[in-house]
Amino acid sequence: MARAEAPESAADPTAAASAAQLEVPPEIAAQSLREWLSAWAARIRSGDSGVLPVILAFAVITVVFQAISPHGIFLSANNLVNLFQQSAVFMVLAMGEIFVLLLGEIDLSIGYAGAVGAAVAVQLVQPATTKWPWWAAIIAGLLACALIGAVQGTLITRLRVPSLIVTLAGLLIWNGGMLLILLLGPFSGYPSLAGNNPNLHVLYNLMWGSIDPVASWIGATVVVIGIGTGLWLGDSRRRRSGLVAPPASLTLLKITLIAIVAVVVVAICNVNRAAFGTLAGVPWVIPIVLAVFGVWMVLLQRTRFGRYVYAIGGNPEAARRAGIKLSAIRTWCFVACSFTGGIGLLLYASYLGGMSNNVNGGQLVLYAVAAAVMGGTSLFGGRGKVLHGVLGGLVIGGIYNGLYLLGIAVQWQFIVTGLVLIVAVSIDALSRRSATSGSAARV
Amino acid sequence: MAEDSLLKARGIDKHFGPVQALTNVDLDLYAGQVTALCGDNGAGKSVLTKCIAGIYQIDQGQLLFEGHPVHIRTPRDAALLGIETVYQDLALADNLDIVQNMFQGRERVQNGFLDEDDMERAAGRTLADLRVTTVRSIRQPVRSLSGGQRQSVAVAKAVMWNSKLVMLDEPTAALGVVQTKMVLELARRLRDHGLAVMVISHNLNDVFEVADRIAVLYLGRMVAQDRASAFDRQSVVEYMTTGASSRAATHADGNGEKHGES
Repeated sequence: MARAEAPESAADPTAAASAAQLEVPPEIAAQSLREWLSAWAARIRSGDSGVLPVILAFAVITVVFQAISPHGIFLSANNLVNLFQQSAVFMVLAMGEIFVLLLGEIDLSIGYAGAVGAAVAVQLVQPATTKWPWWAAIIAGLLACALIGAVQGTLITRLRVPSLIVTLAGLLIWNGGMLLILLLGPFSGYPSLAGNNPNLHVLYNLMWGSIDPVASWIGATVVVIGIGTGLWLGDSRRRRSGLVAPPASLTLLKITLIAIVAVVVVAICNVNRAAFGTLAGVPWVIPIVLAVFGVWMVLLQRTRFGRYVYAIGGNPEAARRAGIKLSAIRTWCFVACSFTGGIGLLLYASYLGGMSNNVNGGQLVLYAVAAAVMGGTSLFGGRGKVLHGVLGGLVIGGIYNGLYLLGIAVQWQFIVTGLVLIVAVSIDALSRRSATSGSAARV
Repeated sequence: MAEDSLLKARGIDKHFGPVQALTNVDLDLYAGQVTALCGDNGAGKSVLTKCIAGIYQIDQGQLLFEGHPVHIRTPRDAALLGIETVYQDLALADNLDIVQNMFQGRERVQNGFLDEDDMERAAGRTLADLRVTTVRSIRQPVRSLSGGQRQSVAVAKAVMWNSKLVMLDEPTAALGVVQTKMVLELARRLRDHGLAVMVISHNLNDVFEVADRIAVLYLGRMVAQDRASAFDRQSVVEYMTTGASSRAATHADGNGEKHGES
């Protein structure tokens, strides 16, 4: 048990409370913003740093690259949009990987499983061959990914083969599968998304299309008002009925932060990015990533399925005794992981302007796991959030983008990414070890 | 013992291969009473508990619950009857908060989404009923609780479901003095709520502090079963270690109501 040194003084409520205080999430213990801030600071000192390391990492990357990139180009609107487009693939893949990491499993095949789906979709819309409408092609591609996840998940849960082995085999198999699919048709392995066909165009615009600037503002306003109202109504209802809820000022602060982020993002995206002519507006990839984030967050935080995922990751034996069907939940997590991988690789195909046999799914999966872990998700199950994938993906995208701007070769990009991963995880591990309370169970 | 027992086990046999774990065991558990099940290591306490909890199935014998013969084949069957077990490992997920743990596997859902407000209210009521008041917030993760608090949460989780019989497996084994008191107090409170409580323990201090009845297993046989006042420390130790007591010979077949008033 991690808390062997647990205080033996529970009969004295104040003593027990003060001992437990450091581990209590600040938002449930605080009555006011001031209390929340001090509880938050205490929690960070106690070793539960949450998303702080990854945010610090991103801040450091931003400052360093802004200082050393030529003409301070790193923070230009053009580059920030570019950075997000590059990060989007890592973010989505990491969000998929989090499903299996929460169980304490891993999926090494997500890159190539997703690539199979993307290859299917890109092949199916080709006007020279199958001419499928874009939506049918995307559905087919994502279904292929879900099927891959179902097969792998079934092998892992029913035959009890370790996920590391099954998905390592999957990495090889789907690499081959992707190459086979790419060789179909008259494209010599490079089905492209270039051309005037509307179906090609939709897939190409997943990454490169932009929403009209005015529509961007309207969309952002609607989203912020929607989320803000939801947060406010939920929290104030809980406060009224005496349930555990953050103080009103904290709810307001959260809503304000979301609004600020939305305004900044839209404002940046609405700057004209084109050297000639006009190219402005929020790229479609931002709402796509937000949608994946939102749907998966609701699934993991607000539904039975999500609760069971955390329960299994925390204590599988307890979950089994509680009547939770472990095999089914685990299999669905692998399905969700591969499915999300399909979304990620569709974005990647769009980024590349087509599929190619150079797509390196093996490297993408490593970035995906790195992003999730950097964001604060545990490799041992039970601890992690979809948000971690987004933040970690942003850091990896930032490194990639910054080094590219500096004209530094790819070998250094690998090394720097690896170092940042080690530093981010070490900060987390060190702060946990220095904490007085349980650490082993939470690594 | 004028009233009838809630759970009546008669002639229970259980073997694992050639090993006879339980031989012709009778056991009565009464509503509104704490029964302590004692016995040395390997006496069959856990096997008997797991037979009642539906983890093992009995080979021979009969279980009567509220006077009706029942077949408990799975933990689910036991839960449907109102039998809950708190195992020594407590079966709590450290990463989930108290409410989430208490509702694990039985989450309330509204329109497909978890009804957190409703669950939090219900969990809060149960904890208040049991006067588990030392936790700072019922939304704190279970890993931040002390050993006694964890035990309390596990017990509260077991009694949330209109349970009639709660079996506690070595509830105080890992606890200090103060927390032990707290957990035993909790067992008494369950009894006062009218539940049948069975406490498995070989800590005689606990047994005599909390038990209304004592049952002693020795090498898979029930060697004594009676009101706690009919035993003393010495006789229980003798039953546990030798299967008989020189001091209180009448207890050798302590469950005199065996084929009695039912």
